[in-house]
Amino acid sequence: MQVTITVNGETRTDEVQPRLLLAHYLRDVCGLKATNIGCDTTSCGACTVHIDGESVKSCTVLAAQTDGSSVTTLEGLADGDTLHPVQAAFRSEHGLQCGFCTPGMVMAAASLLEENPKPTEAEVREGLEGNICRCTGYHNIVRAVLAAAGELPDSASSASAGEAVSA
Amino acid sequence: MIPAEFDYVRAGSLDEAVSLLAEHGEDAKLIAGGHSLLPMMKLRLAFPTVLIDIRRVADASYVRVEGDEVAIGALTRHADLVSSDVLAAEAPLIAAVASHVGDPQVRHRGTIGGSVAHADPAADLPTAILASDATLVLQGPGGRREVPATEFFLGYFESVLSPDELIVELRLPRTGTGAWGYEKFVRRANDWAIVGVATVAGRVALTNMASKPVRATATEEALASGASIADAAALAAEGTSPVEDMHANADYRRHLARVLTRRALEAAAGRS
Repeated sequence: MQVTITVNGETRTDEVQPRLLLAHYLRDVCGLKATNIGCDTTSCGACTVHIDGESVKSCTVLAAQTDGSSVTTLEGLADGDTLHPVQAAFRSEHGLQCGFCTPGMVMAAASLLEENPKPTEAEVREGLEGNICRCTGYHNIVRAVLAAAGELPDSASSASAGEAVSA
Repeated sequence: MIPAEFDYVRAGSLDEAVSLLAEHGEDAKLIAGGHSLLPMMKLRLAFPTVLIDIRRVADASYVRVEGDEVAIGALTRHADLVSSDVLAAEAPLIAAVASHVGDPQVRHRGTIGGSVAHADPAADLPTAILASDATLVLQGPGGRREVPATEFFLGYFESVLSPDELIVELRLPRTGTGAWGYEKFVRRANDWAIVGVATVAGRVALTNMASKPVRATATEEALASGASIADAAALAAEGTSPVEDMHANADYRRHLARVLTRRALEAAAGRS
């Protein structure tokens, strides 16, 4: 069947099998490999992308269901050379270790901040409940999301983190 | 994991969905958010030969007041239940329970009709609609019929929904903001309940204490006859038949049901 999907701002039409999962469509048809597939069972969140601006787990969505929609992957999050605030904050706050969960974490966090621009730390932790970090590096991930929201995790790092986010 | 092959068709209306179900028979399955069905298809526990996509059917996603009731369109997503002002004012239990389903990504896709039709005894929303004394509106080739939530669920993943029917709406009494509580016991953040308890307006329903969501009848009767919360909650596991699995044996689940019922009733009392 034919699907027409706007991927990272570019509308494209592809011939796909109905059973093709969005995660495989993005990786294998579009060649966008930032989206990782971890558990493949809707648990780990590594495959999180946005459909029409909202976070979803692309291992549990058919490409066919996305026909006519707009999909954003990590590759499409930055504005040209300017990192999205969440990306910048993950860098400045060391919000990654091995990096496997990072694309999904960043996309989940960006969607979270769209819905709740000034979350508390508890709201960040709950908002990322669908994303698992095998390195258990949650502490700095939460710091990064708070920093991206302009809610600096602690006053000691506020100046440097603030500069890094706006850089 | 990749599902077995199937044909994919999209329904533009509820009527068209019913026609397509009639046309394709029992090998067809409806898909909306797909967050119960697709995982089963990927595990090859389900292998429909036709998927009928109803996600974009018009006028099936809404929450509105109609007289003494709140009407919820079957295609309303969990995220939309959570953020619904109508539910916050008229049936806050449903919104609160929806916020416990899966995680934000799941709540952006899954629908209340899908969750209820899936009839998983470990799921949150079936218990919530049972506690809410909801009525389900089903549509099939012969038109619409209404089924009370108390008669809808039959057992594990089984309900009175015929293969040629779909859920189009849920209707529940307006409860106002008081006297509700939901307790869900999990080991992992976004998991299914090991045991869950939903209560509103003196009704109590249990998650994962039988092959389907069940009402804690003995507790409800005790409350109605003036028993204390502690005494009523002590009866919560009466008549249940909880499953034994790697998370909990039956005795532990009965214990959880009593403790969580007490907590849910105390929360409800604090809100009334």
